[in-house]
Amino acid sequence: MLTFIIRRLLWTVLVMFVITVVVFILFFKTPGVDPARALAGRSPNPQTLAEIRAQLGLGRPFPIEYGIMMKKIFITRDLVSYSNQGVRVVQEVFAATPATLSLVFGAAVLWVVMAIGVGIAAALLRGTVFDPLIMVVALVGISAPVFWVGQIVNMISQGTLHSTFLFSWVPPLGYTPFTQSPVLWFKGLVLPWITLSILYIGFYGRVLRANLLEVQNEDYVRTARAKGISERRVLFRHSLRTSMITFVSLFGLDFAALVAGGALLTEVVFGIHGVGYLTWQGLENLDLPTIMATTIYGAFFIVLINAIVDIAYAWLDPRIRPA
Amino acid sequence: MATLLEQVQVDTELRPAIAGRNPWALAARRLWRNRIAMAALLLFLVIVVMCLAAPLYAHDVAHVNPFVPNLNGHTVVNGKVVPVMQQGGGLLKLGETPIGPTWDPSHYFLGADSTGRDVAALLLYGGRSSLLIGIGAAVLCSLAATVIALIAGFFGGVTDSIASRTMDVIWAFPVFLLAICIGTELLTHSNGFQFGPVHIDPTSLWLPTIIIAFIYIPYVYRPMRGQVLAVVNKEFVEAATAQGAGNLRLIFSEILPNVVSTVIVLMPLMIATTILTESALSFLGVGVQPPNVSWGTIIQDGTALVYTRPWVTIAPGLMILLTVLSLNVLGDGVRDALDPRAKLRVEG
Amino acid sequence: MTAEQLLEVRDLKVSFRTEDGIIRAVDGVSLTLSEGETLGIVGESGSGKSVTMMSVMRLINDPNARFEGEVLYKGRDLMKLDQAQIRGIRGAGIAMIFQDPMTSLNPVYRVGWQIEEQVREHEKISRQAAHARAVELLTAVGIPQAAERVNDYPHQFSGGMRQRVMIAMALSCNPDILIADEPTTALDVTIQAQILNLIRKLKDEFGTAVVLITHDMGVVADLADRIAVMYAGRIIEKGTRRDIFYDPQHPYTWGLLGSIARLDRPKPRRLAAIPGLPPSLLRLPQGCAFGPRCTHRFALCDRRPELLDKVGDGHLDACHLDPGQKRELRETTIHPELIEEAT
Repeated sequence: MLTFIIRRLLWTVLVMFVITVVVFILFFKTPGVDPARALAGRSPNPQTLAEIRAQLGLGRPFPIEYGIMMKKIFITRDLVSYSNQGVRVVQEVFAATPATLSLVFGAAVLWVVMAIGVGIAAALLRGTVFDPLIMVVALVGISAPVFWVGQIVNMISQGTLHSTFLFSWVPPLGYTPFTQSPVLWFKGLVLPWITLSILYIGFYGRVLRANLLEVQNEDYVRTARAKGISERRVLFRHSLRTSMITFVSLFGLDFAALVAGGALLTEVVFGIHGVGYLTWQGLENLDLPTIMATTIYGAFFIVLINAIVDIAYAWLDPRIRPA
Repeated sequence: MATLLEQVQVDTELRPAIAGRNPWALAARRLWRNRIAMAALLLFLVIVVMCLAAPLYAHDVAHVNPFVPNLNGHTVVNGKVVPVMQQGGGLLKLGETPIGPTWDPSHYFLGADSTGRDVAALLLYGGRSSLLIGIGAAVLCSLAATVIALIAGFFGGVTDSIASRTMDVIWAFPVFLLAICIGTELLTHSNGFQFGPVHIDPTSLWLPTIIIAFIYIPYVYRPMRGQVLAVVNKEFVEAATAQGAGNLRLIFSEILPNVVSTVIVLMPLMIATTILTESALSFLGVGVQPPNVSWGTIIQDGTALVYTRPWVTIAPGLMILLTVLSLNVLGDGVRDALDPRAKLRVEG
Repeated sequence: MTAEQLLEVRDLKVSFRTEDGIIRAVDGVSLTLSEGETLGIVGESGSGKSVTMMSVMRLINDPNARFEGEVLYKGRDLMKLDQAQIRGIRGAGIAMIFQDPMTSLNPVYRVGWQIEEQVREHEKISRQAAHARAVELLTAVGIPQAAERVNDYPHQFSGGMRQRVMIAMALSCNPDILIADEPTTALDVTIQAQILNLIRKLKDEFGTAVVLITHDMGVVADLADRIAVMYAGRIIEKGTRRDIFYDPQHPYTWGLLGSIARLDRPKPRRLAAIPGLPPSLLRLPQGCAFGPRCTHRFALCDRRPELLDKVGDGHLDACHLDPGQKRELRETTIHPELIEEAT
């Protein structure tokens, strides 16, 4: 098991390295673009351009350019955003992380609980009219674009029905840090949590149901029934345990992707200043340093979580553990 | 005592009762019988036809050019002539609010957007873009992923390693962020691209198509490669090799037909995913560029009017929902039809 | 005068509705089983032998399945019991082991845990007591170092060992009946003998009645007291071991026996094989199901033969041929090498 973990982590480091190289090439080495100009954002003046060239060592050999950029991102962390008054982007990313984590964690808790409920309910209710009904609702959840759902939610909670008791408690769009006011933090996140999780409840509910039904046909489930075990216990102890393996590995990937900036759409629509929001702002202003920083940190996070999920997978399924 | 001849006769007598049927025909028949999936397919086709008819609608029904702003125009509501942009909108009642839905197909059915354009006509044109990009990207992606998977799976060894590792790296990127990065990068090229003799205009729909196709290649590659590997080791491939079949023939005649079913199952779901991705990218401004429209760009336009003219937001989102929903239901149906172990409830 | 049978299956019919029609997997099967007796059910794949016994345990969950007939266990009709009642019987009164021990054990739980789960489902004992019982059982089935191995996972055992674990688990609550569905088919030939010996030893020790389902006549030759031969969902011959092996009455049985290579006979140029293929269960022939493949078919065979006692004393068969004729025809069918020798 230990060798497996070490090998997996080494591979992770390699992938991270490759990612940084790719991002670097994407932003700095695409033909026909002057990196200094691109970095400077909109309408740069010659002084800024010269400054950029000096600070980043542009024009020097590739490995040195790469080295300087990586140093600025990881070690000295003083890469600045030229279009945004020299703000340090790496610090910005760190500052924006709590908002994203709050959003994604809350949504994740919600969706895992609901998805397990939905998946089990649909599997238990198989054959009745409720099963297809639940599945249709789940499908609708998957089919609606998350940013659109967010807009509609805002439309209702901030606009039309804002004055009614249903939504009068909803604060204006934006994020309040937990340390500032837990109550406001919570109130401001309820609707974003629900919006973000609708998509995933639908998806995971279906995945779980499909897995449960498939597993019900496995030989060891037949054995369990032959032992006289109740259907409920068969479902929870036998079918669910093995189905959760897929569920967990998919969950890990999605969770990572969300934290890494996939929650961007929800953050933008609800005005939550997280990592995704930061990326979007960078987009609006064509602020390459910001986008680079968020992309690299985001990708790193994903790769790390992937590795953790793989290791957890091996722990969950004893067959995969090397002897 | 049965002679060899009689034995053969006995065999052929029994053969029709046991002979298998063409699995494709069986699957098609099962799909046809699945009423919900067929209804979904119908819905999807209706939407496609509607959107293809966009020019028809714009010219002959609504009599507008939906791409030209119409700030000072007028239209007819309930027999009365009203301006398209009404005065007295916004917080201080000093702005302009476009007209709301008239529910009259020939006069601003869904109302106007902030530059006075006919939302209903835009909706149909937007649908064309979204569907084109969605289907195009899905097809392109499947093609690329299949070819790479075939090569990697068939030749194995170093080729496989290189291909799979490359896919892993692409896969490691947050899909969405990758699309945004590439999109942003391309936005900075205001003169378009030159690939040899081919020039791609920066506003061309090809750009979002290629970007979206590219980012999803690893997702199709993985299952396809698994399928290819499963088939490559089967005896009939060995048999064909023993017959002297060359690599190319092996790949295309023996392996490809057996992995095609995976692509078919994936296709409706892929298109659903690409349409959603395109709408998100367009909403953010890195997808479809003006003067083109897509459902995503319309929702973006509608943000300013969310509280006053909700239909500009509701309508395109609803279209996306219905399109993607129908594709998801169809995808389920296709998967069930091709699954030999499906225990469907039988009537009669 | 006849003691109440432990298990009595009366005219069981199991059919499945499919898109292509109705499959009659079990078409009127009747069996009895007494205490301590071993019954062998022999047939090819698709003969209905597994479906019969799975239906006895009510383990068939297919919504398209239809059941008719009665299954009496100690006088109670199992087909009429509700879920809770049948669960009480599964594992405690009637236990079943399956063909593939690799997939029949849950891969993510230790084997001790899986045995304990069954025991604690039916008896109110503590975890420690259940654990001790598991170790005992593993020892009884011949697993070395049972006390350590009880904490291992299924994938850490070899195929034969896993089947022993399955047997231990099945016998954990001292059932009246053990149903073994092709218990040795997935195992090496050398292990097969071990497993069969184990079953024999345990059934003698515990007094369990055994139903042994197999396609291999060799497996039942040693173990079974009585044998039922099934074909296309019907029983076509039923009798004691002696009856079946020394006085078989049905051409299909002859085919099965003839296809066994024998060491005590001259080597035939080729093994006699039954010509043709089993019928599709969707389109069973009108008359005798074996008719199309039978080399001794004649006019009467267009009418479905009933399972009758024509030879006397409990040896039933479903064939229209006259018993006198049969003995002659039988020799040439089972031992063609004798004819070859003669010519």
